[in-house]
Amino acid sequence: MPKPFTPKVLTANALLEGDVIYRTAAAGWTRDLSQAEILTDEADAELQLIEASAEVATVVGAYLADVKVADGKAQPAHFREAFRAKGPSNYAHGKQEQF
Amino acid sequence: MYHYTDFDDAFLKERNAQFRAQVERRIDGALTEDEFKPLRLMNGLYLQLHAYMLRVAIPYGTLNSRQMHKLAEIADKWDKGYGHFTTRQNIQYNWPQLRDVPDMLDALAEVDMHAIQTSGNTIRNVTADHFAGAAGDEIADPRPVAELIRQWSTDHPEFQFLPRKFKVAVTGSPNDRAVTKAHDIGLRMVKRDGEAGYEVIVGGGLGRTPMIGKVLRDFLPQAELLPYLEAIVSVYNLLGRRDNKYKARIKITVHENGIEDIRVRVEERFALIRESFGGVDQQMLARIEADFATPAFKTASEAPYHNAYQHDPLFRSWADTNVAAHRADGYGIVSISLKAHGATPGDASSAQMRLMADLAKRYGHDELRISHEQNVILPHVHRGDLPSVYAALKAAGLGTANIGLISDIIACPGMDYCALATARSIPIAQEIALRFDELKLEHDVGPLKIKISGCINACGHHHVGHIGILGLDRAGVENYQITLGGDGTEDATIGERAGPGFSAEQIVPAIERIVLAYLDLRTEPAETFLQTYRRLGLAPFKAALYPEAQANAA
Ligand code: SF4
Repeated sequence: MPKPFTPKVLTANALLEGDVIYRTAAAGWTRDLSQAEILTDEADAELQLIEASAEVATVVGAYLADVKVADGKAQPAHFREAFRAKGPSNYAHGKQEQF
Repeated sequence: MYHYTDFDDAFLKERNAQFRAQVERRIDGALTEDEFKPLRLMNGLYLQLHAYMLRVAIPYGTLNSRQMHKLAEIADKWDKGYGHFTTRQNIQYNWPQLRDVPDMLDALAEVDMHAIQTSGNTIRNVTADHFAGAAGDEIADPRPVAELIRQWSTDHPEFQFLPRKFKVAVTGSPNDRAVTKAHDIGLRMVKRDGEAGYEVIVGGGLGRTPMIGKVLRDFLPQAELLPYLEAIVSVYNLLGRRDNKYKARIKITVHENGIEDIRVRVEERFALIRESFGGVDQQMLARIEADFATPAFKTASEAPYHNAYQHDPLFRSWADTNVAAHRADGYGIVSISLKAHGATPGDASSAQMRLMADLAKRYGHDELRISHEQNVILPHVHRGDLPSVYAALKAAGLGTANIGLISDIIACPGMDYCALATARSIPIAQEIALRFDELKLEHDVGPLKIKISGCINACGHHHVGHIGILGLDRAGVENYQITLGGDGTEDATIGERAGPGFSAEQIVPAIERIVLAYLDLRTEPAETFLQTYRRLGLAPFKAALYPEAQANAA
């Protein structure tokens, strides 16, 4: 049996700054994971991934990342995504400066 | 030190202009990421977890004050005011923006520096003993030959697409501080019947399949070095596996074909190409050697040193731990620790870089070195100046007296920065250092090298740490595996796995158990951790690490 599709967000790095970014429901990008669109349909997620990957002048390395959902907002499912969403642990650099 | 010629300048200018145009075409969308990626990697630009990362080569770890000042300026202008010195004697900037990178490269070019071949399947930055030209135990300064190798390998047309990356290390001392046996090629300067030459070691490497290098030639006359190196790399270029990334390093080529077979092929190739060098390389070497002339050492009073040594216990501790024997009378080699307890190993702020540059200029014959252990060296300081140097370092948070001790930890960037990581390294290093500082044990424990990698690629050299720590992802949780008894010196040894790994919360107490066990087990304070380990083996340390298993078996 194929594995059931678990909730995901579409994520990438911004071309110019390298920042971690997430796809929003308005088909734009946010730097804040909690603002990301939660994708629950596999076909839709794959389509969005293809579309986002075509934005070559904006994003790099788009992929789908697993998330947990709490109060309708995405939270990282894996510690790697938690670091991407927050920034490094040795300095308050990266996103933790902004959010 | 070596200064760029007009040829070098012109080459670099052209490369930087090319890259600038490539960045522009990437930004306006004319190049896709697939097209751009190999181009940026050729210029040392990675995309990591949170940002781009620019890796700048510091050839054989040697810098002058002007270069260090430029590194500080770049950190302030285009990064977050600091840089990270790596185990390959490079510096990495963790937060550059794509648009700024061409300007950063131009700034580097102003001081004869670049980021070429700090990535990709090429011959990477040649590393050397960080005490080169200063060490008391040295046969000869390895840097001229390292520079010769740098010139030969930079943009070498035959070796831009090797099966995999290729690392060369050189040492001029019998005490190997350059980990030559863990490199694709390791060169040790040796003398035979008064003639200078090299022991050529091949096929060492850490990573997924750690191997200690094997001797390919026990004595290679000095003048034959470049054609011989070229023969090795071209044999590897043809024979090395390109079907499987994990089997592509020369260590696997040597392992699969046998050292004998490789030797025959290399000697055949060598015989063929040797004449074509026609001695040009030796003329080049002679010119380079002039650039590495011994500084004019001074004769001065050592009274300030003796005075401070007698009256200031902090200075004494620092001098005992961080100053090594110099070959010139009255001089010492200063290791500046970038491992203040709780700090990120290898990081220096721009202010610290400037201070170190100024100290080098004022007291150190304008020389600085980066060590593979992620510290900064002032190779030539007169002992009479040591108290002034120490006072300035201390005021800048650079006076930690811990070189070679348990808190002088190598840690790769790990999952705080590196896109390949499976777990974090930095916080583990920070916690271990803080814990042993709190216990006030580290000087009692004595020489002990802890090395931490955030994934199997082993940039943190964990296999050759007396205590090695490897961070892994076990079912979505960070897990740390311990190896014991590794050694990166001339007696290079790969550490043994101690047993099941530990969680992030358990790893520091686990390290503490090992160290306390050592204190119990050593015959006398002079017996180092490594000596005790070699005498007793893994068993007693394993018992200390896994007390439950012990209790269950009883
Ligand atoms: S060892 Fe792994 S995590 Fe550490 S720097 Fe190397 S590739 Fe990155």
